[in-house]
Amino acid sequence: MRAAVLSLAAVLTLGLILPATAQLADPTITINDKFSERIDIGISTNEIAIASDFSGADITVFGAIDGVDELLLATFAYDIVVSLEGPRQTTTVRRKERVAGIWINRHSIRFEPIPASYSMSSTRPLDGISTSMELASRDIGINNIRLVPTGGIGDGSRVTEFREALRRIKQADGLYQRDPTGVRFISKSLFRASVRLPANIPVGQHKVRAVLYKNGEFVMERQIPLRVVKTGLEQFIFNFAHLHGLAYGVFAVFLAALTGWLSSLMFRKD
Amino acid sequence: MTIYLPIAELSVNIFVILGMGAAVGFLSGMFGVGGGFLITPLLIFYNIPPAVAVATGANQVVASSVSGALAHFRRGTLDIKLGLVLLAGGLVGATLGIQIFTMLRRLGQLDLIISLLYVLFLGSVGSLMLWESVKALRRAARNQSVSMRKPGQHNWVHRLPFKMRFKRSKLYLSVIPVILLGFAIGILTSVMGVGGGFIMVPAMIYLLRIPTNVVIGTSLFQIIFVTAYTTIVQAATNYSVDIVLAWLLMIAGVIGAQYGVRVGQKMRGEQLRAGLALLVLAVAIRLGFGLVLPPDEVYSVVSGSFGF
Repeated sequence: MRAAVLSLAAVLTLGLILPATAQLADPTITINDKFSERIDIGISTNEIAIASDFSGADITVFGAIDGVDELLLATFAYDIVVSLEGPRQTTTVRRKERVAGIWINRHSIRFEPIPASYSMSSTRPLDGISTSMELASRDIGINNIRLVPTGGIGDGSRVTEFREALRRIKQADGLYQRDPTGVRFISKSLFRASVRLPANIPVGQHKVRAVLYKNGEFVMERQIPLRVVKTGLEQFIFNFAHLHGLAYGVFAVFLAALTGWLSSLMFRKD
Repeated sequence: MTIYLPIAELSVNIFVILGMGAAVGFLSGMFGVGGGFLITPLLIFYNIPPAVAVATGANQVVASSVSGALAHFRRGTLDIKLGLVLLAGGLVGATLGIQIFTMLRRLGQLDLIISLLYVLFLGSVGSLMLWESVKALRRAARNQSVSMRKPGQHNWVHRLPFKMRFKRSKLYLSVIPVILLGFAIGILTSVMGVGGGFIMVPAMIYLLRIPTNVVIGTSLFQIIFVTAYTTIVQAATNYSVDIVLAWLLMIAGVIGAQYGVRVGQKMRGEQLRAGLALLVLAVAIRLGFGLVLPPDEVYSVVSGSFGF
């Protein structure tokens, strides 16, 4: 496996003197005005290009807390959760049941768009960071990602099982993962978070979220976008197949006919 | 060495795919079948999403049937007129089949129906072939003559109207059963990703009484166009043709087929048919187990393109 550390740069912008109105207008920043600490993060690129032999990697996000109280820092009062969330997709969970001896998909529940991937790193396990209610209100943690069923769900008694199955399968596929010790302070206000990119990472618009907690209370959240694109011939083929399906099909047939014809020429018994 | 399949959206071992293609090519050369009915289940066993396996299987069959049909054309064992009538039915069937395929995918029952159809068709064709070839082998052991076709014997098929003369096949036959056969095979091509030779050849010999020497060439001729049509429509509607996967299978397949043909020529017809019957039954049994055994995970998640 290529443990490529994809691009990172320390961003030490230690002067977030933005007017309060501007902060509210910016959806990528949420601030609890009770506190004066501010968090900032940076990655050196807003696009990650994945080649066809990609088998997973770690990205490192650097960040800093501005206005940190050193005494509180020393007593581990600050906690940071960094996550990488994939593009949202409508997702259906199906359940097989035995019907006349055969296993058949019987029940299904459709969920409102959920992150296709979710990779989280934190300074310690989530239950030590804040209350589950607070974490759930911000969709932090695999068990707190909101899974809202849509359409007919029958009597609704099965929703819990389906939610659990969805989380279990996403984790088994490596799409949802967590590292409760992945965020580390490297100086008194600087931290480094390593977030895992699974091999099957979905392409599209991802977002990096960094959330700061102080003694269990929410201080600030910051988001930055990150595009994941695939490169090379494979990506060209994928795009061509999806944008020009008919031409792609004609080409596939042409290639097959050519291969068949050439082989009959090569192996012709004369 | 792994290679990323752009449409199936997963990485596979290139040697496994080439090995699969070569093995199926060898068997198809040896037994004179297209091999689609082996490729598609093998791809599904190797975790290729069934939707991609079916569409890609159809694409791969184009190559093997072009190669085969050209050989028959040169030998003059191809009835183009009969092939065109079959094809007319086949194209209509394939169009309907793709509608069925898309609908099943939306309902989440595509995997089930593909497996059921394979178990049903491979199971029954395999059993019939095994029974017939064992009888033939016994007769051969007792030095009796073996004849596949009983000329001059007519059945209900030959009393149907709209008759047409097929010179190459030396037949005067109603077009209705021919079109219906093409239609049925067309549906199977688009739903199962097979050429359908394993059903069409026996049906042409036993049901329509078409001379055995033109049957294989003519069915290959029809298969080229129906699988080509299916590939194009699958690509345009379901985006499920993986050209990288298909091409690897074709290359390995056409090479494997050459060796298969040589081995096949050294074996007796009834031995070949018995071997093919056992192979067909083995695939049917393996797929049947998959339907009956309790799955490791009863839940499945569908999001994005082929996540099932």
